[in-house]
This record gives sequence, C-alpha cells and structure tokens, in this order.
Amino acid sequence: MAAEGGGNGLAVYALRRAVNAIPLILGVVVVNFVLIALAPGDPVTSLIGEYPAPPEYVERVRRDFGLDRSLPERLGLYLVNVAKGDLGFSFANRQPVLDLLLQRLGRTLVLMLSTVVVATGVGLLLGVLSARKPGSLTDRGATGFALLGYAVPEFWLGQLLILVFAVSLGWLPAGGFRSVRVDYTGFAAVLDTMKHMILPMAALSFRYMAITTRLTRASLLEVMSAQYIVAARGRGLSENAVLWRHALRAAALPVVTVIGYNFAFIVAGSALVETVFGWPGIGRLMYDSIYTRDYPVLLGILLFVSVTVIIVNLITDALYAVLDPRVRY
Amino acid sequence: MDDAARAAAATEVTEVRQAGRSNAFAAWRRFRRSSSGVFGLVVVALLVLTAILAPLLAPLDPHSTSRAAFAPPFASGHFLGTDNLGRDILSQVIWGSRVSLLVGLAAAATATLIGVAVGALAGYLGGWFDELLMRVTEFFQVIPRFVLALIVVAFFGSGLLNLILVIGLLSWPQTARLVRSQYLSHKTLPYVDAGRALGMRNARLMFMQILPNVMGPVLVVASLDVAQAILLEASLGFFGLGDPNLTSWGGMLNSAQTFIRRAWWMSVFPGIGITLAVLGFNLFGDGLTEAYDPRMAPR
Repeated sequence: MAAEGGGNGLAVYALRRAVNAIPLILGVVVVNFVLIALAPGDPVTSLIGEYPAPPEYVERVRRDFGLDRSLPERLGLYLVNVAKGDLGFSFANRQPVLDLLLQRLGRTLVLMLSTVVVATGVGLLLGVLSARKPGSLTDRGATGFALLGYAVPEFWLGQLLILVFAVSLGWLPAGGFRSVRVDYTGFAAVLDTMKHMILPMAALSFRYMAITTRLTRASLLEVMSAQYIVAARGRGLSENAVLWRHALRAAALPVVTVIGYNFAFIVAGSALVETVFGWPGIGRLMYDSIYTRDYPVLLGILLFVSVTVIIVNLITDALYAVLDPRVRY
Repeated sequence: MDDAARAAAATEVTEVRQAGRSNAFAAWRRFRRSSSGVFGLVVVALLVLTAILAPLLAPLDPHSTSRAAFAPPFASGHFLGTDNLGRDILSQVIWGSRVSLLVGLAAAATATLIGVAVGALAGYLGGWFDELLMRVTEFFQVIPRFVLALIVVAFFGSGLLNLILVIGLLSWPQTARLVRSQYLSHKTLPYVDAGRALGMRNARLMFMQILPNVMGPVLVVASLDVAQAILLEASLGFFGLGDPNLTSWGGMLNSAQTFIRRAWWMSVFPGIGITLAVLGFNLFGDGLTEAYDPRMAPR
C-alpha cells in the first residue's frame, strides 16, 4: 500500500531483489571454487600431462598458475577471473570454456525456448478446457495426461519417440541437428533443422505441459468463484467471455512464475533430451565432458546455468509485479 | 503459577496431543476415500514387495551373461528379452527396483530430516538466525540440482551412499520452507504457550510438542520428494553415473540408448518401471494431501 507512485515502488522492489541476488551469485562462485579445489587429480599433472617433468618445471607451472598461493588468495584470483569472463580452459576441446559454451548456447536456447512456448500454450489450453467442466471426461483426460507428464522421465520419452517415429514409422530423424547427407541451404536448411527439433521438443515439453495444465486448472477454479467474475457474469457476459477475457488473465499469472521457478528443471531436462537425440547443445556437452573428464567444462556449465537461473527468477518476479495490478511492492 | 493454572495448561497440552492422535484416524479415513491415493499406495506397496522379494521373483541372476544376446521378449525363456550381453531384462528390471526404492526413500528421508531441522529452527527461533537460514535455503533452491549432483557424483564416485547423500543434501529446501511457515503459526498457539508455562524447554517444545502437529504436510512433501529422488537417480544413471556394481533402471536406459535401433525392449521395460514408481509416490502424496489438508487437495 505504501507505494502510491506504482512505477517507483516497482523500481525499488526490483532493485532490492537484484541486491538480494548478489550474495546468491557469490555463493555460486564460491561453491564452484570449492569444487575446483576438490576435483580429483593434481591440477599440475593435468596441465603438463603424465610425462615425468623436471621438478623446476613443475614448480614453475605451479607458480605461473598461482597454485603456490594460499586458498583465500586463489579464491580472490578466481573471482577476478570469473568477473572477466574467464571460466577456465577445456582440454578436450582445446578452447576456453566460455567460448565453447557460447558456441553451444544458441542450439540449447532454441530448443528450450520453443519448448517453453509450446508447453505453455498447450498447457494453458488443456487447463482451461478441464477447468470449464470439472469432473467431465475432458477434465479427467487432461488430469490423467498431466499426472503422466509428472512421472515420465524425459529421456525415456525421447527414446520411445525415436522408437515410434524414427525407427518404426521413419517419419522423422532420430537425432542430430541437421541432415548430414544432404547439404541444405537457406530456407530448406531451417526447415531441415526444425524437422530434427520436433521429437526433442516433444520429449522436453511433456513435463512442462503437465505442470502448466495442472496449475492453470487449479488457479482458474479458484478465480472463477471470485467476486469480480461473479460481477462479470452478472453483467450478462457469456461464460466463454468471462473465461477467456477475465478469468484466464488472472489465472495465467502463476504460470509466469512457474516458468522462472522451473527453469533449472528445463535445463536439466534439456541436458538429458539433448543426449538422447545427439542435439549438439550445452546438455550434450555435459554428457561428453563426463566421459572425457573435462571438469573445467562441467564447472563452467554449473556456474553459467546457476547465474542464468538467478537472473531468470529475477525477471519473472519483476514480470509478475508488472502483470498483476494487485501486486504492489 | 498456582495449581489450577498448571492443571489447565497440562489439560491444554494433553488435549492437543490426543486431538493429534484421533486426527490420524480421521486422516486415514479421508485417505481411503481418495481413489488416486489408494492407487498410489497399491503401486508403492507392489514396488516395495518387488524390491524385498527380488531374489525370489527374478528368474535369473541379473548380472549373468549368456550367448543369447538381443533375444526379443517371449523368446527362449526370457519373458522380456535379453540385452546386448545376453542378460535377462525381466530379472534386471526386478533387481533395479531395489536401487530406485532405496535411493528414493533414503534420499527423501535425508532431505526431510534436514528440512525439518532447518525449518523448525528458523521458524521457531526467528530473528537473524531465521534470516540466515532462509538465505541458505534460497541458495539451495536456485542452484541447478541436476548439474551439481552430476558434478559431485562424477568427482567423488557414484556409489549408492554417495547418490543418497548428494540427492538428499540437494532436496531439502521445500520441506524447510513448509516447516518454517508451520512453526511461525504454531508457536503462537495456546498449547505452545501452555507448554512454555509448564516450564518445557525450547527443544522439547519444538520437537515433542509442535513437530507431531505439523507432520501431515511434511509427509506429503516427503512422498513427492521420494518421486523426485527416484527421477534424479534415474537421470544420473542414464548419464552413466549410477552405482557401477548394481543394476539400476537409469543405467539400463543408458545401455538401451546405444542399441535403440536393435532392441526396443531394452528401453521400454525399465522406463515403465521408473514411470510407475514416480507415479505411485506422486499419487500417494496426493492422497496424503487429501487426508491432511482436504482444502489443498487437487479436485
């Protein structure tokens, strides 16, 4: 109530949240540093290889990389490096971790964003359909669908989709990012990639569809008994108009926060689905890095994803405050 | 405090305790009415039986290889077929239930213990201590569980105990927040005042008086935690980070991936196992919600 000038209150709120995020990000960086210190194997050995090296040389490497300093000093150095965007070096890929991540990021983002859009759209629709007539056949169908969506592991769903649509029916490619035998260009290339994306997207969407369906249904049922909905009905608006124009607007709000809240799960899901489909994004990179023991990459991904999750949460919180006229901070 | 007041306080404390007990019966009656809850309970019970009786139920040793590699289901005495090394899929699925159930239950128990302790301390003591604990909780909530679990297990080994500890240590924030909010409202109720008036210590008030009254919602979250832990364990197994000495559903799906064009049965059956187990604990949790807090239950 205090914030009479609404915009100002929002700015203060956003700033406060942003300030709160700083210790979280610092915490993430420190956890990363601790993990680096605990990583198996002597870092010097992994730098110069298994060859017997003269002790003077080992000493020099140790000094050059600051490994002879105290832990707090090394933490300080690490913080400076991270702030400069230096996330370490990938030995398996022979390039800096950040470059590697940025290279792969686009493909993961395409997959994740289209999943969020499709899953939110279908989920909202199913939620509305089932909230319109609670207990109906449609409602039970949608609810059952949602229950399954919570339970099916996305990597297994991916395998099933491959079995049905690629192996048995041969309609869609079983994996990869583009066709290797034909060299498409321009629009045909985009179409080709989209064709490769259908199955991974379907596998990744199921859980978020389920979450959105269940949430939309629950919040719609709650909103439908609110006074302003009763008032809208009283004004003689048709049931459909009430539903789509008034109720859904309020009910869609929690869905926004769910995207932020579940972002970390989408990242995990996409790592698994990318592995199933050989989609060359960050998730697949994680899987490969486990096998090559390329720990700097894994740690770089952890840092990158953590910070992204914190920022996405910040944005969705702010969005929520903007969208809901009742929320004033 | 005179005798009359002391007696009144004692009555208040006992009454709340007895109400808790009869609530448990009422909760069970409500649980029985929830068809999804009962279905979940049946699935969970079957899963537990399968895990316990695995040595009796499994027709073959899940590790024993044979020359009959890639045998399809129903062929040559292998009801669900064999894998790339000729191991019996049915026996592997049956033994795999042990890993899923054990990791699921033990990790959820670990998470519940931590969550209850953190939530109770934060909610009951309040002040800067609450502020500090909630910051830590928030940290564990934003950090990507799967990625961190993956790294820790890759570094320190993927034995059963490590899996349980890692999943448990990363899964407690929801319980902590729930318990905290429950303690915030319970600590001002008359029965807690009465207990304090009787000279009960904080520790006793927190864990002997309040805790039994907030266990209902905690159990709901614990049940959902089991489902999440089973999923996380399977995901790690799929990434090749399961216990190397044990057959797990996630690990089976990892090898199925390589031979997906050759043997669909290697993928289909372990996946059904994971789905049923997760579905079972989720529905069981829904039933518990209905039993303990009917207003919150999904209708």
